[in-house]
Amino acid sequence: MLEITHLHYAYPDGHVAIDDASLALRRGEKVALVGPNGAGKSTLMLTLNGVLSPPPGTVRVGGLEVAPPNLPTIRARVGLVFQNPDDQLFSPTVRDDVAFGPLHMNLPAREVEARVTRALAAVGMSAYADRLSHHLSVGEKKRIAIATVLSMDPEILVFDEPTAGLDPRGRRQLIDLLARLPQTMLVSSHDMRFVATAFTRVIVVDRGRIVADGPTAEVMANESFLVAHGLERG
Amino acid sequence: MHVHALDRFEARDSALHRSDPRLKIVLTLAVALSNAALPDGSWLAMGCMQALLVLAALAGGLRPWYAVVRSAVALPFMLAATTVAFVTPGVPVAQIALGPWVLTPTVEGLERLASIVLRALLSVQVAILLTATTRVPDLLHALGHLGVPSALVSVVGLMVRYLTVLVDEAQRLMRGTQSRSAAGPDGTGGSVFWRARVAGSMVGQLFLRSYERSERVHQAMLARGMDGRHLTLYGHVVRRRDHALAIIAIVGLIAVHIIARAIPIR
Repeated sequence: MLEITHLHYAYPDGHVAIDDASLALRRGEKVALVGPNGAGKSTLMLTLNGVLSPPPGTVRVGGLEVAPPNLPTIRARVGLVFQNPDDQLFSPTVRDDVAFGPLHMNLPAREVEARVTRALAAVGMSAYADRLSHHLSVGEKKRIAIATVLSMDPEILVFDEPTAGLDPRGRRQLIDLLARLPQTMLVSSHDMRFVATAFTRVIVVDRGRIVADGPTAEVMANESFLVAHGLERG
Repeated sequence: MHVHALDRFEARDSALHRSDPRLKIVLTLAVALSNAALPDGSWLAMGCMQALLVLAALAGGLRPWYAVVRSAVALPFMLAATTVAFVTPGVPVAQIALGPWVLTPTVEGLERLASIVLRALLSVQVAILLTATTRVPDLLHALGHLGVPSALVSVVGLMVRYLTVLVDEAQRLMRGTQSRSAAGPDGTGGSVFWRARVAGSMVGQLFLRSYERSERVHQAMLARGMDGRHLTLYGHVVRRRDHALAIIAIVGLIAVHIIARAIPIR
């Protein structure tokens, strides 16, 4: 479903964010991406739908290469949920925001409406369609942010720190929601307890390199390895 | 931050709330233009206009003096007009000595000043009624449908959306400084120059944070397929009651102007 082969990414100032990363996700698989701050997790996620351009031939989504001519299709396939929902909810009303993606996919108005209704129902926020985004709580914003990409019917969902800033109840609701959604998922997180309970496979990144990729229980069992890479068991 | 503090919308279910936002915007502009065209000293016409606005407030389910009271925020801006009281030639009313200068307000000058202030307050009131009876998203969509360039509409929309976020950010910065600005044993908290520098770098911080946020918002837009077009789901429909509102408003404005020109009161 998602295939990254020898991805190397350096920012214009020369800082190498990702160094020779390779990984593959099967359809329906839910994988956690962990690593200390600045390890390159966010950069990796931004290359998945071409917001940052990966070198040619290194990133493929459902067999399609992430390259300029394919970007509209890729962006419909890969739903990116940003860490701060205030960055993702830029429209005046919730409905506007959830409709933003489908409208740009040139879908007919009726189909857009149907998708908005479906996406809001999927995150349990149907009553919020006409609310103003800046009147919502962080937990509500987070779920609406997920609806804004669900409305595009993506095959892969990519989350950057989904549990950051949530209170225990919001966190619980979000974990349940992620477990319910059928899409393939790549989720970056520092919340090791969340990683341990919600994912069977974990990828550890440090200084731009993938240093581990395997069953969560196995990776978590090696405490000295985790500490060496700025992590700890949840 | 109290997110509702910046919202001027009054949630009601009134005739005015249900009217088409495009019509309300056009009528607001029409009223403002009509006010600007009222001659100086047409007090009766201005009174009639005020009466119409009070009726409009009632039609919007608001208190009759809702807009009148709120229009006072515009008064400081009218200070700029005070000079007309002194520079308009006419019958002097008094002589005010102000240091080396002597100011002589004239009857004509005061009349003109009062007219300017009243006209402005009337126009501010209609804008207040517009924002009290129309939600911001509806205003934005209506502006788009009225042919206002989409870039401009987007800028206004993003400003409204991020104003509270920015205010939050600024308050966090301010709390951060305040909680570390303890007074020294001599009771002072640094020189004025030093404080000004702190304030300056806070403004810089705020700019940088907003700039970085704008990058992230842009990335979020790109990630959802943004290609520069301004697309919306909302279609506005003009209904019969909108025609009625338009006719009432236009008849009212014409009547005000007939009164202004037929019955001048001096």
